[in-house]
Amino acid sequence: MNGTQQEIRVQTRIDPTPVPDQPQAPAVPAPASAIRTYLMARGNSALTDRAFHGLMVLCALSIFGIVVLIAGELVIRSQLAWNKFGLSFFFSAFIDPDTHRPTYWDPVNGHFSALPFVYGTLVTSFLALLMAVPLAIGLAIFLTEMCPRFLRGPLSFVTELLAAIPSIIYGLWAVFVLVPILRSTVDPALIRLFGWTGLFVNDYPTGLGFLAGGIILAVMILPIISSLTREVMTAVPNSQREAALALGATRWEMIRIGVLRNARIGIVGAIILGLGRALGETMAVTMVIGNSPEIQRSLLSNGSSMSSVIANEFTEAVGDLHLSALIEIGLALFVVTIIINILAQLLIWAVTRGTPSQAH
Amino acid sequence: MLTDHAVTALAILATLLVVAPLVAIFAQVLIRGASSLNLDFFIRTPKPVGEAGGGMANAIAGSAILLGLASLIGIPVGIAGGIYLAEYGRGGKLATAIRFTADVLNGVPSIVMGLAIYSLVVVPMGHFSAFAGGVALGIMMIPTVCRTTEEMLLMVPQAIREAALALGVANWRSVLSVSVRTASPGIITGCMLAFARVAGETAPLIFTALGNTFWSASLNQPIAALPLQIYVYALSPYDDWHRLAWAGALVLILLIVIAVALVRYVTSRGVLKGAS
Repeated sequence: MNGTQQEIRVQTRIDPTPVPDQPQAPAVPAPASAIRTYLMARGNSALTDRAFHGLMVLCALSIFGIVVLIAGELVIRSQLAWNKFGLSFFFSAFIDPDTHRPTYWDPVNGHFSALPFVYGTLVTSFLALLMAVPLAIGLAIFLTEMCPRFLRGPLSFVTELLAAIPSIIYGLWAVFVLVPILRSTVDPALIRLFGWTGLFVNDYPTGLGFLAGGIILAVMILPIISSLTREVMTAVPNSQREAALALGATRWEMIRIGVLRNARIGIVGAIILGLGRALGETMAVTMVIGNSPEIQRSLLSNGSSMSSVIANEFTEAVGDLHLSALIEIGLALFVVTIIINILAQLLIWAVTRGTPSQAH
Repeated sequence: MLTDHAVTALAILATLLVVAPLVAIFAQVLIRGASSLNLDFFIRTPKPVGEAGGGMANAIAGSAILLGLASLIGIPVGIAGGIYLAEYGRGGKLATAIRFTADVLNGVPSIVMGLAIYSLVVVPMGHFSAFAGGVALGIMMIPTVCRTTEEMLLMVPQAIREAALALGVANWRSVLSVSVRTASPGIITGCMLAFARVAGETAPLIFTALGNTFWSASLNQPIAALPLQIYVYALSPYDDWHRLAWAGALVLILLIVIAVALVRYVTSRGVLKGAS
């Protein structure tokens, strides 16, 4: 009883107003080091946070570093050929004084010109575009507008697989399956039917040449153009399709007016991206293009492309000038594909508004 | 109406023409490759030219070593770059520039990368080596891994990050333990995709790893790789080597199909099932 009364008394006791004491030392202990004040002002993890952030920035900047690295190394190593030939390396060739015909690529005598390789790259790439673009856009239209739902998944898986197959396997198939078919059936037919154009002339068709290179390149760039076109077409809002249908359009008119017209810029971008891939493709083209550094009009003749000459001759290059000329071709390839890819990305970003892509 | 039907027919025709080469390629690789695929292929090194038998053990081991080195270089740097783009620099000008450059880099021909690494690594070292090949492949992986990591991290709901920060978790800790862990299935599949793409690359290896007809597991010497060996064998005049090339192509394609199928399966299941 006494205890509780005492307790109650303690609990009801009112605290007196605090008398100001003598000035005491502040609650913070003795003067802290610079790190300690820094951390206590920002929280204990400030240092690790900054370090982590810095590390992430460094790794992200490595992307720029890679571009600078490639450009720098290629420019340095191609100095020799650049100093000797200048820009005419890509436009003109040494004319043989005896036969009055150009000698394009003569490692023994030191005459180098990239003309036949530029020609070969351009011919195979444009041939590939000619064959791939209609097919890719047709496939994209089918997949986005006409395909029954159950087929959509498997078909897009198939397209993804096409994009994932390494180029060496395309080359293997081209050498052992495509070229014999060309040699036995397609080339003779083309010579017979279209030989008068001068584009299909060959006395003993081997199946190798620009046409084979163009066909295998077309198969390789199809999935890229198709998947990007699909992405661009799905980015077109449904309201456009519905508006066209509401105005009485047939299905094809709806696709043409509502979708393709809006996605035009992106489709052009997709085509340019496909072109960029075709320009740089090495292995499959090297195996079927015939590897002869000459310029000929016939699509059934052997030729050479920029990447194929590098792949073939680099490890056996004779002398520094040869190596430097090959690296200059590589530099040209690098610059051209960078420009084309920038252009294509800008066009695609214009339609998809820079959002991260899902359909790759 | 006629044009409508005609266009439908053309679209279906285009689809068939696209599917046909794929079916043809797969069928050929399966038929020609399966007949020459046996245990010898995996455990024996190539026999001298003209002799039957032999396998591609050195190429498979070489590819494994090269890809291991490439992953060591490419995956951490790529993931870190993706973390920066998604977590720290989101919406900023630097991030947009890096994203654009990564997309452009993805389109650069691989042979150009091989040339650059030849100039950077092989020439100072004085000889071709597996190290140079691994560096070339690793650098090729960086932009791809960076972009896919960024895409996966952007899918993590902002609420989760904010909850972690509200609980007092340090920023770096929240990025690693919360964001990255949530997006980890997607990040792993992104790495697998880059891995599968780089596994089939031949051109950069021609002037860095060079290829090797003998068994070699050292980083300091030229090393064989599966795609390289397929290339050499395919262009040779020997039937036996052609058969080995098809078998190697089958192994390569199986690896890639498995990777692509896994990627599809994981992303279709919903990467962030556990997050919401």
